Amino acid sequence: MSIDNSTVKKVALLARIEILQNEEKILISELNNILGWVDDLKKVDTENIEPMLSVFNESMFMRKDDPKSNFTSEEILKNAPENSSGFFVVPKVIE
Amino acid sequence: MTDYSSLTIQSAISGLRKKDFTSVELTKFFIEKIQKNNELNCFITKTFEIALKKAAESDERILKNSNRQLEGIPIGMKDLFCTNGVKTTAGSKILENFVPFYESTVSKNLWDSGAVMLGKTNMDEFAMGSANTTSFFGNVLNPLKPKSDKNKRLVPGGSSGGSASAVASGLCLAATGSDTGGSIRQPASFCGLVGLKPTYGRCSRFGMIAFASSLDQAGPITKSVEDAALMLQCMASSDEKDSTSSKKKIPNFLDFKKFNLKGKKIGIPKEYSIKGLNENIEKVWKNGTEWFKSEGAEIVEISLPYTEFALPTYYIIAPAEASANLARYDGIRYGFRSNEPNINSLYSKTRAIGFGKEVKRRLMIGTYVLSAGYYDAYYLKALKVRKLISNDFEKAFKSCDLILTPTTPNVAFPIGEKQTDPIEMYLNDVLTVPASLAGLPAISVSAGFNNEMLPIGLQVIGKPFDEISVLAAGSLIERFREF
Repeated sequence: MSIDNSTVKKVALLARIEILQNEEKILISELNNILGWVDDLKKVDTENIEPMLSVFNESMFMRKDDPKSNFTSEEILKNAPENSSGFFVVPKVIE
Repeated sequence: MTDYSSLTIQSAISGLRKKDFTSVELTKFFIEKIQKNNELNCFITKTFEIALKKAAESDERILKNSNRQLEGIPIGMKDLFCTNGVKTTAGSKILENFVPFYESTVSKNLWDSGAVMLGKTNMDEFAMGSANTTSFFGNVLNPLKPKSDKNKRLVPGGSSGGSASAVASGLCLAATGSDTGGSIRQPASFCGLVGLKPTYGRCSRFGMIAFASSLDQAGPITKSVEDAALMLQCMASSDEKDSTSSKKKIPNFLDFKKFNLKGKKIGIPKEYSIKGLNENIEKVWKNGTEWFKSEGAEIVEISLPYTEFALPTYYIIAPAEASANLARYDGIRYGFRSNEPNINSLYSKTRAIGFGKEVKRRLMIGTYVLSAGYYDAYYLKALKVRKLISNDFEKAFKSCDLILTPTTPNVAFPIGEKQTDPIEMYLNDVLTVPASLAGLPAISVSAGFNNEMLPIGLQVIGKPFDEISVLAAGSLIERFREF
């Protein structure tokens, strides 16, 4: 499998990263190199092998359902690039 | 002013107890030394005021004999750990001005033990790198130089490069690091130090900026194995804020001193004699096996047949997890924002400007391998190979107690090298990544030098939650090496 212009555009859209036209060519070649290299895994027989999502095998526990209020909205908004009246501000998204 | 640069944590603790010096004196010494060594670029944020205040508090406690474990010990904190009220950037422009209003569990545990923060150490952006060259705040220099060319500057390794360089140049007594595929062990090796990655789950990941959640683990970078045990003792905890932090009892890691390696089996994996392994490193590895033999341990050859697939597996899983974790940086709630009239261009411009090249490359790979049509072929396949790699270790540990390998295939390299081809940089981690995928504890201890007097580290990998044996083996290396 190899990545072409349209795949890079699609992936960049999914990742929400703008790729400039002059970056595209080199990125395609880098990504193809990396994917070509990881393609080595195809050689491995993984028939009947369970995928391993985590090495953690202890049982999870349920926390007590106690409501906690750790942070104020002021604290939470403090790092926002733009906020107003206790809200995060974004460009208009509804027509 | 007395020179405190060669102190270890352990000797500083005893000096503070005996009132040879105060924590304020120590702290002032390191502050001055950090300022004199700005060119190394070890710190992104310096917190000298906080340090002096905390040191004075520690001195009061010492006077009252109510010392905690790391009372008054000045350390560096990797800029990946969120610190309440202190800027935390993860080495990225996108978090250039981020000031957390909560404390990571690992840093909280250290402050509760009396440690004093000198500053936040530089690192590869979001811990993605092996040379500390991807930081938005500039690369870090290794204080060590090759014998034949004192003008040549080398990388400190990465991603915990600021931490390693700071400890190696005596700017602090120890520092924290985080290890996803080798980010503690590799820089420790490049800077002639001890780097310990504990078992996955030993330290809480709460408040540690996420890279690849199934692999990320905090650990110390120190000058000695004993210091590593002391630091880990204070960093580790079971934490309800991290559902993957282990509830297993935390032992007294200093018990490694009582641990006898006589009769223990030390596995030497034949697959780690990789092509391109530096011959000096191979020699130090051989010396290492002799040291274990002379201590009465038995050397056994073992096989970890899937080793060669560990790095490609890692470079699917880690970017995949990163692409999910880093989706939160959208320019809305915190961090850098590129102001655009339209929400989609706001997202994509913010991320295009806010992330550096290597991070974007990995996010693209991660997004691709998780996308419809490629998920099974790449991501699912990698998860299955991860299982095989983990099985390798499980089988190997039936015939041995510990595994001894080199930490890196090569010594520290000059700044600017391995920059053209990303894969060349990735190969730095070929010997550290397998233990990461299996979640095992592993230490790197400086064991020798090449002809240029650049340090060579040996890695010891242990069974899950058996940090004590790993530390004991590290301490053996420390005793037998000739420096």
